[in-house]
Amino acid sequence: MPSFVITEKCDGCKALDKTACQYVCPNDLMILDREKMKAYNQEPDMCWECYSCVKICPQQAIDIRGYADFVPMGASVVPLRGSEDIMWTVKFRNGSLKRFKFPIRTTAEGQIEIAGGFNPGKDDLDSQALFTEPESLGLDNIPTPKK
Amino acid sequence: MVDFQTKQVDTDILIIGGGMAGCGAAVEASYWAKKNNLKVTLVEKAAIERSGAVAMGLSAINTYLGVDKGENTPEDFVRYVRNDQMGTVREDLVYDIGRHVDSSVKLFEKWGLPIWKDENGNYVREGRWQVMINGESYKPIVSEAAKTALGMDNIYERVFIVELLLDDKNPNKIAGAVGFSVRENAFYVFKAKTVIITTGGAVHIFKPRSTGEGYGRAWYPPWNSGSNYAMMLQAGAEMTQMESRFIPTRFKDGYGPVGAWFLLFKSGATNAFGENYLVTQAEEIKKWEPYASARPVPTPLRNHQMIKELMEGRGPVFMRTEEAIKKLVEEFPGTDKEKQKHLKKLESEAWEDFLDMTVTQAFLWAANNIEPDKKSSEIMASEPYFIGSHASCAGAWVSGPADIAPSEYNWGYNRMTTVSGLFTAGDGVGASAHKFSSGSFTEGRIAGKSAVKYVKDNPDSVSVEDQKIEQLKEKVFKPLKTFEESKGFSTRDEINPNYIKPNMFLRRLNKIMDEYVGGTSTWYTTNKPSLEKGLEYLTMLKEDSEKLGAQDLHELLRAWENYHRLWTAEAHLRHVLFREETRYPGYLYRSDFPKIDEVNWKVFVNSKWNRETNSWEMYKRPVIQIVP
Repeated sequence: MPSFVITEKCDGCKALDKTACQYVCPNDLMILDREKMKAYNQEPDMCWECYSCVKICPQQAIDIRGYADFVPMGASVVPLRGSEDIMWTVKFRNGSLKRFKFPIRTTAEGQIEIAGGFNPGKDDLDSQALFTEPESLGLDNIPTPKK
Repeated sequence: MVDFQTKQVDTDILIIGGGMAGCGAAVEASYWAKKNNLKVTLVEKAAIERSGAVAMGLSAINTYLGVDKGENTPEDFVRYVRNDQMGTVREDLVYDIGRHVDSSVKLFEKWGLPIWKDENGNYVREGRWQVMINGESYKPIVSEAAKTALGMDNIYERVFIVELLLDDKNPNKIAGAVGFSVRENAFYVFKAKTVIITTGGAVHIFKPRSTGEGYGRAWYPPWNSGSNYAMMLQAGAEMTQMESRFIPTRFKDGYGPVGAWFLLFKSGATNAFGENYLVTQAEEIKKWEPYASARPVPTPLRNHQMIKELMEGRGPVFMRTEEAIKKLVEEFPGTDKEKQKHLKKLESEAWEDFLDMTVTQAFLWAANNIEPDKKSSEIMASEPYFIGSHASCAGAWVSGPADIAPSEYNWGYNRMTTVSGLFTAGDGVGASAHKFSSGSFTEGRIAGKSAVKYVKDNPDSVSVEDQKIEQLKEKVFKPLKTFEESKGFSTRDEINPNYIKPNMFLRRLNKIMDEYVGGTSTWYTTNKPSLEKGLEYLTMLKEDSEKLGAQDLHELLRAWENYHRLWTAEAHLRHVLFREETRYPGYLYRSDFPKIDEVNWKVFVNSKWNRETNSWEMYKRPVIQIVP
């Protein structure tokens, strides 16, 4: 409904410093019931089905049930996100299965070098050149309109 | 009511919103700020790892010129965007994106974003301007760069900004912003010498096609609440082209992208009877020359061709995916076995296109037993959106780059609004379409560097009276108080005559906009009497906003988001009322002015809300051609 939490699998992230789904949801939908120590989607009709909560859940306790007002029942789309790629298992209403694997990033998490190895450029606040330009443009100068 | 602690943060540069534009601003401003000993702070209502429009990911980068390899020039880009937007763009701003955007894409690649490459190591093009990516982690990658640049100590997540602060000594100068935490009982006051507001576009202004549980499956994300437009308006900034809504034609209900199908797979689309509506409606768009004859045909005109088919009863409209795949496999050189392998590859690419950015569409295919190589899929024109970064132009009127902008477009600091020290980028900048993710990030960078220069030139600290802060604090938490005071009067909190809950406030706004301002139920058609009626109802809704009631911090967030939506809606309505022509068919029809009027209306429509008189000023600004 759109994202839903499987009661048996959710442990409320009790061993972590924050509830993963509540931390990540872009629309403030996932919330932890502190008495039951289970998370839930507090406003299902504001869910974009972005899968951020599904991907981040350390217990794989979150799944998506298609919007009840237009999606026929019986299908599922389940991701398994690693550090370099993501695996998707697509189950059709008629039971057939498809599996896909796609890369997600080429660098290790936390290892980004902001200038990307490019020369940061001249220390000139008045020029049109942005940080790393013109080298990151592959040009010698910043283009200006031809008159 | 519980006590809300006031937390004050003093900074030089405040970035509101950590989406693509905000992250661009963070990376660029941090670099220049460090050199000049300035402080940069970012505040975001969610977690920047997955916030903004790219939260789910993207399957393509829609703006990459390839200037270094001579693929396109910034001039080519201006000509393309200008025609797509029916002649009305700020060419200085568009050019500026075109000359910088490649640099951002190169940085994304270095940071770890997988971009498809061909056998020669060149980026794989989706169309002339687009490159294909494996973009599931686009936002985590870009936000990691922003976090590294800023340092986590300078990022405030789960804080929603409600209103901008102006300086006591100069009512047209920015001084910061106020908001509240959605996680703890705290009121936040950010005092800043400059503010870059990058909180995205606006969704759920109009009633969407899905109104039940699928209400949230908007094309653009439901957390884009028009806050950018509303807060700039309330601060007195001049806006432009707020009549320019966007109607995306996408796969029906799931709103999956069509770009890869039209451009990469060269798919056609037909009406219910197998006719290509681009052919059957070819004559129709000639009413909008000279734009109709240029290639590619402008987005609103292509929309118009399809909408006309639907209005005349020849829907549904189908993307002929099975025909496209069949043709691609047939044309593939090789043995049957090699052709089968190619089919597998195409199938995988088609699914990835959805799984990387609109998982629901993949879900919908699975739920309807649709395999794209075997069966067509419906496409449909959606409800209106406000998104200055896409194929539409709503946003603020900003100063352009000093080396390009004519004097009418230049007041000193690139991407600064007409409010001194208030910058914006991405969906916030008007009359500058086709930026998309990479261009929005780039525009954030431009604003970020520019804001640092502004602070260097204007180093004096800002002043805001404590009394004003206290008044704002009271205002921000008022919906909680309203609910608290009246709850229990009835036996059910949802039905109480003393307040309106944010959700019903939103539904009321949606209904007014849909029925009077040209939503889907009138096929985007409106007229003067209808708009005036709509304004009457909007005005009453605005009065009733005083009675918004919220039972917790989550509802308080919704209350203020929806108040921002209301302001965006009003600006839109007033702009539509002012522009007496139909320049963007397929997006909006004025039934009382059904034609394009090049003599009187090849101009920008600008507006400004006057705080002193609580009135709106509407006027025309000139469209100046820079690129031949």
